[in-house]
Amino acid sequence: MKPITRIVFAAVFALALAACDGGDAPPDTSRPTAGADEGGTGGSRKGDFGPPRGKPVEAVLTSPPHVPPPTGRDYPAKVVVELEVIEKVMPISEGVDYTFWTFGGTVPGSFIRVRQGDTVEFHLRNMPDSKMPHNIDLHGVTGPGGGATSSFTAPGHVTRFSFKALNAGLYVYHCATAPVGMHVANGMYGLILVEPPEGLPPVDKEYYVMQGDFYTTGKYREKGLQGFDMEKAIDENPTYVLFNGSEGSLTGDKVLTANTGENVRLYVGNGGPNLVSSFHVIGEIFDKVWYEGGTKYQENVQTTLIPSGGAAMMEFHMEVPGSYVLVDHSLFRAFNKGALGILQASGPEDKSIYSGLEVDAVYIGDRAQANMQAVTVAAEAASTGDLTIEDQIKAGEALFLGTCSTCHQASGAGMEGVFPPLAHSDYIAADPKAVPRVILHGLEGPVTVNGTDYNSIMPPMSQLTDDEVANISTYVLNSWGNPGGHVTKAEAAEIRKVKPANASAGH
Amino acid sequence: MIRRAATIALLLALPVAGVVAGNGAGGDYATLPGGSFRSALDYEDIPGNVRVAPFAMMKRPVTNGEFLAFVQANPQWRRDRVPSVMAEQRYLSHWAGPLELGTDATAAQPVVQVSWFAAAAYCEARGARLPSWNEWEYAAAADETRRDARKDPVWRERILAWYSRPSSSALPRAGLQTPNAYGVQDLHGLVWEWTDDYSSLLVAVDSRKQGDPDNARFCGAGALSMDDRDNYAVLMRVAMLSSLDAPDTTANLGFRCVKDLP
Repeated sequence: MKPITRIVFAAVFALALAACDGGDAPPDTSRPTAGADEGGTGGSRKGDFGPPRGKPVEAVLTSPPHVPPPTGRDYPAKVVVELEVIEKVMPISEGVDYTFWTFGGTVPGSFIRVRQGDTVEFHLRNMPDSKMPHNIDLHGVTGPGGGATSSFTAPGHVTRFSFKALNAGLYVYHCATAPVGMHVANGMYGLILVEPPEGLPPVDKEYYVMQGDFYTTGKYREKGLQGFDMEKAIDENPTYVLFNGSEGSLTGDKVLTANTGENVRLYVGNGGPNLVSSFHVIGEIFDKVWYEGGTKYQENVQTTLIPSGGAAMMEFHMEVPGSYVLVDHSLFRAFNKGALGILQASGPEDKSIYSGLEVDAVYIGDRAQANMQAVTVAAEAASTGDLTIEDQIKAGEALFLGTCSTCHQASGAGMEGVFPPLAHSDYIAADPKAVPRVILHGLEGPVTVNGTDYNSIMPPMSQLTDDEVANISTYVLNSWGNPGGHVTKAEAAEIRKVKPANASAGH
Repeated sequence: MIRRAATIALLLALPVAGVVAGNGAGGDYATLPGGSFRSALDYEDIPGNVRVAPFAMMKRPVTNGEFLAFVQANPQWRRDRVPSVMAEQRYLSHWAGPLELGTDATAAQPVVQVSWFAAAAYCEARGARLPSWNEWEYAAAADETRRDARKDPVWRERILAWYSRPSSSALPRAGLQTPNAYGVQDLHGLVWEWTDDYSSLLVAVDSRKQGDPDNARFCGAGALSMDDRDNYAVLMRVAMLSSLDAPDTTANLGFRCVKDLP
């Protein structure tokens, strides 16, 4: 048994190495070449079904989240697509407007549906009131620029070019006019579906969803008309990550709907310009995913990665009614930047599949109760007069965590430029008695600690007892490389009486 | 026999007296001016700002010592006598006995493991009431120097730092932290606090569904969603309160009372 295992391993290694040495290796003639053979569709080489037949067809274009009906054809046709570029102000969130640049007046742009082998005659119109010239790069086009080299359209112009859709699949289209990233960030993308010759399996509902990242000069949900922020875009730090171009485009009264017992297919694209989407529907498992919008499907998928400038189709069967939440599972995008939509399924409950809440009972774990032992011990020791520095440090640590650590951090590191560090502090080393003094009287005005200037206000902690001040001070003096020493209750009481010049105002 | 009873009474009285003397009376209130402010919650029936009438708020949460005095005076709130519909089995379970704090509960620590019913009864007995969510939020928007520090990311981080501290360590005493601009202490960084109207803080069970038509069920005063999603500090407090029923208690949940001002 063992020698065989070893041989298998060796073979795996050899393969891995072969895969790594890239272009230098001689072509491996023993392996079949990819493409027009068993399992493959033949791609573009088998995608030309001859010249268009019949009368030219006007493409049905739909706004998101709707999808045009299947072409229903079994022959190649000439399909005329007329798409209009419109620059317009639309809400990106409630009370927040943004100047979008659109294909067809929506973000994402109109959904285009053709059949493999169709000849597409593409008319791109740029509205006369547009500020910018635009063009279009369709990822479903075979040819330089994907159409961009033939569609550069000035405001108030229309251009035309034709292409044969040789590859079946779901493709992103987008504007490719410089600065490309900015045109895309303003919403200039959409999807074109090239059906395989036999069409796609019929389903009950089809929807069109596209993710995009947006960069506004104002903060998330800052009201008013927001401009495009190039710097944030270059930093890939979006203000919004959205489905279908606006927060709320798929929630409220605009949710996607389906009934239990139905098959749903989503056509999901990612316009980017920067982020990759971890697309997920909470509470559903994709029965099938045509990942990257290609021909083969994977089954039983939880989350599928959709690259920027890529797409995927997914299909699932609805069993249980309720709300299913579409998210980018990079979750802060979903809950803090807007990448969220709802699919609402109606129909009778099926408790055998999902019961709903069955029990909410008291649960008593076996965790021990926390206790204030250190502080109690210190208090007792102080009252009997035999308080050691160790007792004080222990008590001081508990007290420090309960009050000082919110600003100075549990590690004593503070926050650079805002809250001075207590750890390895040259300020404390120079004047250890500053610790109880600042605790009791606060501090206002500029100080320099470890080479950094601070100029904020620490309020006086006069609510602390003399014991507490002594213990916290002793803890700080004996921690994080500070010089050591200790402060007694009597010293704290003395310091409390003398207000220094740089004390801050109390209440 | 008589001597022993007297000793017990003295012992019981001591911690309470200590608190009253040491930290100002348990009924020590700060006065808050009324005002209009933007709640972090989005009320469907109240567009824009929320109005808060002037009120007085306890400077710090009610302590074990103070609550013990209340239970002594109102034995129906002893943990061995309270009806289970008013307080679940963990009610005051950190105390050594029904009328004894013991080593795990110091008199100066905020009382926890109290149900909403018990908290409301305590305030009523003091001629006060639990604060509304908006009153609590209004007071808690302040830091040490500003009445509304909520937009300050540094302040938010300070609040969140408390959330990341493990709850296995003992609670500090009430009143340890610096008072805020209104003179109120411990609104953050110590314990969660009951509010009178906590049960109307309906956060959808699965809060990922904002804007969901399901929420239509909750319309009216209770229907709300987070208006200020950066403000995790508030979001987490609301989520915590909305997970509870009135007899529930937790190891980090206490309360304080407020009074209306004439």
